[in-house]
Amino acid sequence: MQPDISVKHLNKTYEDGFQALKDINLEIYPGEIFALLGPNGAGKTTLISIICGIVNKSNGDVKAAGYDIIKDYRKARESIGLVPQELNTDSFETVWNAVSFSRGLFGKPANPDHIETVLKDLSLWDKRNNRIMSLSGGMKRRVMIAKALSHEPRILFLDEPTAGVDVELRRDMWEMVRKLRKNGTTVILTTHYIEEAEEMADRIGVIRNGEIILVEDKARLMSKLGKKELRLHLQHKLDKVPGELTLEPVELSDDGYELIYTFDSQQQQAGVARLLRTLSDLGIDYRDLQTRESSLEEIFVGLVHE
Amino acid sequence: MNLYGVKAIYNFEMARMKRTLMQSVLSPVISTCLYFVVFGSAIGSRMGDIGGIDYAAYIIPGLVMLSLLMQSISNASFGIYMPKFSGTIYEVLSAPVSYFEIVLGYVGAATTKAVILGLIILLTARLFVDYSVMHPFWMLSFLILTALTFSLFGFIIGIWADGFEKLQIVPMMIVTPLVFLGGTFYSIDMLPEVWQTISLFNPVVYLISGFRWAFYGVSDVHVGISVGMTLVFLSLCMTAVWWIFKTGYRLRS
Repeated sequence: MQPDISVKHLNKTYEDGFQALKDINLEIYPGEIFALLGPNGAGKTTLISIICGIVNKSNGDVKAAGYDIIKDYRKARESIGLVPQELNTDSFETVWNAVSFSRGLFGKPANPDHIETVLKDLSLWDKRNNRIMSLSGGMKRRVMIAKALSHEPRILFLDEPTAGVDVELRRDMWEMVRKLRKNGTTVILTTHYIEEAEEMADRIGVIRNGEIILVEDKARLMSKLGKKELRLHLQHKLDKVPGELTLEPVELSDDGYELIYTFDSQQQQAGVARLLRTLSDLGIDYRDLQTRESSLEEIFVGLVHE
Repeated sequence: MNLYGVKAIYNFEMARMKRTLMQSVLSPVISTCLYFVVFGSAIGSRMGDIGGIDYAAYIIPGLVMLSLLMQSISNASFGIYMPKFSGTIYEVLSAPVSYFEIVLGYVGAATTKAVILGLIILLTARLFVDYSVMHPFWMLSFLILTALTFSLFGFIIGIWADGFEKLQIVPMMIVTPLVFLGGTFYSIDMLPEVWQTISLFNPVVYLISGFRWAFYGVSDVHVGISVGMTLVFLSLCMTAVWWIFKTGYRLRS
């Protein structure tokens, strides 16, 4: 399958000598939701900005929808919608005019029906005649998404789309992104909320200091790098971990009432059965137990601090 | 060619004019009318003719040119500076529009606004001063060519400026003095010889002279030289704009 986004040996060095991207190679396929994660200053926005034509690349090849972003820039850009990180809007314009402007700018004839659908999908229809300056931050964010969708792009970049928005709007956006995917739109999102990537992404890319350090299917990533934790709430306090359990990675909580067993999530759960058998043999009773899988956030933190 | 894109930018800019009629139209018309009243009717009545033309009528082309230059520069510079300032420039840079189309949209709108304003001022001047236009085609040609040239110049200023102060410096500190010293209120023949020579280095002399010729058939320099100098300045501005987009100067890092 031909990728919607293809980046090969991409480098970017700014005039002051700062190398923002180092030999980036990345392919993103039609219809997938790809989350690009990385700490501040890792190069996420630079990468997106180069693909969208806002920042010049130093060298390397970039294609969008199969078109080179320099040689066939019109075709490449027509296929892309971008929601940037900052709330950059034309304050004095009405919502309707701002969204219609974007559609025209991207070379599409006026289509009031489509604009109406987009505004209704984003709960902006009632505000269509309002000036953007009169809208709340969350509403302005919706306007930016509406502008990006106005020309029916097949690839949508969402750069920190839910930064500073409330929980309800975040959920709405997740719903909208899923809907877009259902319609075949490829979505690339950067986010600080790892929960967001965990909730939505099909694949995860992690960028650190301008280098892609990992691209992996989300489910595989979580099972490969994730940890599981079993917590046993004891009936009676223990002073130390019994010697019979020292073969297993077991810790005792400070209050002595919890045994914590951490194990690789890929591992078969033989260790859990062995642990429970040993506890039974030792006559150590527990009143409750719970297991927890490590979140993408914990995996991410582990990766970027390696 | 992305005509929808050009149209979107053009209409967006023209809509800004409609939103700000007081600032964009009324204010320059009133301030130019004050010149007509003060220098034309009040002081002008005590001045003699210049080259056989009544003084009040003589200054009209120069005053129209003053407004035309200021408005062309301010419309175009503000038009491109505001998206840079507000951050909305990302949309234009990421859109499938060529450099030429971007310039066509912004500069086209700024030129249209300046020409409309120039014509309104000319019509308003008729209320105060009796004047005639000997060569209407050339009058309109000079009007459009000058508005286009200085809109391009304003576009360059808007890209160069990184603050509102810089946006004002060139029109106020350079263009206004050049217009006042470029023969708006006098013929450069009236100056001592050395100042006549110095004046020939002022590009605005050629614009006003050519424009005045279109009205009354008299000029400080030959009309052919006026047209030539305007085209030279237009070419310089086009070269600068081409370089800006080629290098991404202050637009793309």
